[in-house]
Amino acid sequence: MTGSHGVPLLEVENLTTRYPVRRGLTDRATRQPRLWVRAVDGVSFTLARGEMLALVGESGCGKTTTAQTILGMVAPASGTVRLNGTDIAGLPERQMRPLRRQLQMIYQDPYESLDPRFRVETTVGEPMLVHGIGGSQAERRELIVAALERAGLSPAEAFLARYPHELSGGQRQRVAIAASLVLGPDLLLADEPVSMLDVSVRAGVLTLLDRLRRDGRMGILMITHDLSTAAHFADRIAVMYLGRIVEHGPARQVVRHPQHPYTKALLSVVPARDPRVRSAPQLLTGETPNPVDVPTGCRFHPRCPIAVERCSALDPALRVVSSASHEVACLLA
Amino acid sequence: MSLLEVSDLHVWFDVPQGHEVHPVQGVSFALDPGDRFGLVGESGCGKTTTILAMMGLLPPNASVSGEVRVDGQNILAGGEDSARGYRWKDIAMVFQGAMNALNPVKTVGWQIAEPMAFHGIAQGAAARRRAGELLEMVGIPAAGAERYPHEFSGGMRQRASIAMALACQPRILLADEPTTALDVMVQAQILDLLTRLSHELGLALVLVTHDLPVVAQTCGRAAVMYAGEIAECGPMETLFHQPRHPYTRLLFAATPDLYGAGEVVSIGGAPPRLDEPVTGCPFRPRCDVVLDRCAEEHPALRLVGPGHEAACHHAERAGAS
Amino acid sequence: MTLPIQDPALAAEGLGVPPRRHGFLRSVLRERKAAVIGLAIIVFFILLSVIAPYISPYSATAQTCPVYAPPSSRHWLGCDDGGIDMLSELMQGGRISLVVGFAATFVAMVIGGGVGILSGYFGRWIDTGLMRVTDYLLVIPDLVFAVVIADLWGPSLFHVIIVIGILEWTSTARIIRAQVMSLKERAYVKRAQAIGSSPARVITRHILPQVGPLLMANTVLTIALVIYLETALAFLGLEDPTVTTWGTILEHAFERTAISSGAWWAIVPDGFVIAIVIVGCFLLGQAIEDALNPRLKVAHLSVRRWRIRPLAGRGPGAI
Repeated sequence: MTGSHGVPLLEVENLTTRYPVRRGLTDRATRQPRLWVRAVDGVSFTLARGEMLALVGESGCGKTTTAQTILGMVAPASGTVRLNGTDIAGLPERQMRPLRRQLQMIYQDPYESLDPRFRVETTVGEPMLVHGIGGSQAERRELIVAALERAGLSPAEAFLARYPHELSGGQRQRVAIAASLVLGPDLLLADEPVSMLDVSVRAGVLTLLDRLRRDGRMGILMITHDLSTAAHFADRIAVMYLGRIVEHGPARQVVRHPQHPYTKALLSVVPARDPRVRSAPQLLTGETPNPVDVPTGCRFHPRCPIAVERCSALDPALRVVSSASHEVACLLA
Repeated sequence: MSLLEVSDLHVWFDVPQGHEVHPVQGVSFALDPGDRFGLVGESGCGKTTTILAMMGLLPPNASVSGEVRVDGQNILAGGEDSARGYRWKDIAMVFQGAMNALNPVKTVGWQIAEPMAFHGIAQGAAARRRAGELLEMVGIPAAGAERYPHEFSGGMRQRASIAMALACQPRILLADEPTTALDVMVQAQILDLLTRLSHELGLALVLVTHDLPVVAQTCGRAAVMYAGEIAECGPMETLFHQPRHPYTRLLFAATPDLYGAGEVVSIGGAPPRLDEPVTGCPFRPRCDVVLDRCAEEHPALRLVGPGHEAACHHAERAGAS
Repeated sequence: MTLPIQDPALAAEGLGVPPRRHGFLRSVLRERKAAVIGLAIIVFFILLSVIAPYISPYSATAQTCPVYAPPSSRHWLGCDDGGIDMLSELMQGGRISLVVGFAATFVAMVIGGGVGILSGYFGRWIDTGLMRVTDYLLVIPDLVFAVVIADLWGPSLFHVIIVIGILEWTSTARIIRAQVMSLKERAYVKRAQAIGSSPARVITRHILPQVGPLLMANTVLTIALVIYLETALAFLGLEDPTVTTWGTILEHAFERTAISSGAWWAIVPDGFVIAIVIVGCFLLGQAIEDALNPRLKVAHLSVRRWRIRPLAGRGPGAI
């Protein structure tokens, strides 16, 4: 799926990010092999303008690290991240800085992502000052007001002088979104944007994101552990497990016709809100293993209910099943 | 006579500068052994304060009125002194973020055995053995008693917290957001455990959470709280299929479903401040079926169906069955 | 402007509203009597020092009374070994002592704050390098080092300021570093970095204002320490004896047999005044530190318990 210029907005190819496990003096002295936390272990996907992709998985699957790597806050070990055609993976900060206008991030905690000492006007205006946009203070103010209105805070003038502690969680998150919009980014990374908000305000923020990508032709990469939210708002879902994407396809498709045993299990344990719907939860044994100790072969095989012998030897790659855009990494799919 | 009866529970907090906050405003419900009851609501609705009050675990600036009767005895009658006798022996609690509240310098087994010794149930080797049994009951091998909390994963620590709560064989278990910080797979395992325990041990379980689907699948009955009061209370199926309070209906509508195609709504506005008395219905500013009466008269919790109550003028108008 | 109270228990404990920059000191003063007393003491002595030349009854250098004259209606605190009025001398001495105190503290805070921030923010080899230097200086016993330096360079007020400044920044650096390291992880700092702010901008706009109160508390506490150190150095004869400070006053008294002469007025008022100022600094500094750490509240250890109220008297509910 390509944008109007023929180049996809975001192209991630074989991205690998790992952290060294710190070794103590005795380990070093006895020459123990260095261990790595393989947080992201070969992730590839594309994102087009106007599209929302949900990166879904449990804790430790690498979804947040993927976002951090794309944002350039963490250097990848290998792989490419192409934003509007330019490879930004591992770019030194000096070269990255001007490119930061094109991609912004929304953080999970609305109570922490705004500086408590800054008024709303200052927070939203800060990115402009950093990048030298908006010549005069009056011009900047106009842009700030426009961004706040776009983020659903109306009338914007009433919010300019407020401090974060005077706002509710939902309002703070909208301020954070406005502060991201003010630079006119093409790509928005949203890390669990609503998980810390009350249920009654979540839909408002998610609908806002939905509207932004449709009207603004932005691309949104949403990180979430909530499959229901992903199913409702995202175009496509990519399910991650231990640093890899194990299933990837249109949201409806993945949720109604999951192909990977992990996806199936995950979907089966999501509680339904209708008490009459008695789901048959497929409880996997144990918990997700440590990304330091990735199993050989298919990384899911120790917990997989349908694993066969060759699953412990062969590491499956993503291949297409059913429709053209639905891929699964499973030998038995 | 029910095992647990909460009657007209009120809690106030004294706040600096002479003000008062009223986070729990007349909560009542009853449980029998083996019941699983959900206390649902968003942040600030008073659900956590309610169960803290039931345990008598309130800070010094709190005052309480109402009754919490266990087997007919009001455990709050004598303040802290009377509550202490029931705490952990008859009624126990799993706290929010319990997995992070384990003492890092004591083994898990020691922490489970501690309340046993304190309440004179078991000592020394007997206590240790029983700690092992409790761990097995919650799905951790008994050998785990020798381990320290940091050696356990989040889910296992939560199980250990549950084992700790069961140390003195309580008949009532209060669980405050027991699965909120856990992955969905682990959440399912913990909820399955709680359900199993309530069946096998006849535990009356009060599950406090903001997560409606969790309550829908785990509990038989629930109460939806708003602004310190119960807005609606009844069997789970009734709450979903025939909600009588607009907040209940909107709350379900605001929760996305995996396979549902309907629009997910949000509820505009915010809950009222709890330091000022509210005239009329507290939900009025955000309600979509407001009547004139709602501005003046505070709706009382009334029966609108078998075992089903709602505090809404609109619900009464629509007529009880 | 109404404040949304998310958690009434938190609101009840005053944790709902974070301190604002300008109101912080004011809120500390409003809540803690100790802070007010401490600040009052410090301000009193500063004012006294400023107006000293205008109100001191006699000269602080020329002889105006017999040697070791006891307190009288003309000389309220008597006279010292040189026949100089004690009260005037104390006032004059205060000026120098306080100047030294503030100047040396300023040097220490600039170095300490700077090192702490750079170390905490940049981490890795900058942190390692700076912290090793800090460790090295931290371990050197203050007084001994000061004695050696004063001996080598000769007794002078300026040297004393420099020496104290060099020694006293280390603990501040560590405290500031710790706070900066935790601040660095907060979402709004990460956001500022993700926007593309330069390190200088992130530090000045986001980190420094948060570190300010802690630095303030540290500064006040360091002043106390510095005044003590200055007194000690003077007492050991390492300060220029021609300059009048509270420390040299003590030193002269001891050197020139004030005790055997029974001239307590040459020693006690001076010591008392030093102690009072140090206590004042401690009261204010500790109060600020306590205010920065709301978790120090020990509610669960309080003797008070939650109370029972008579039944609220709302109509009987549906149950």
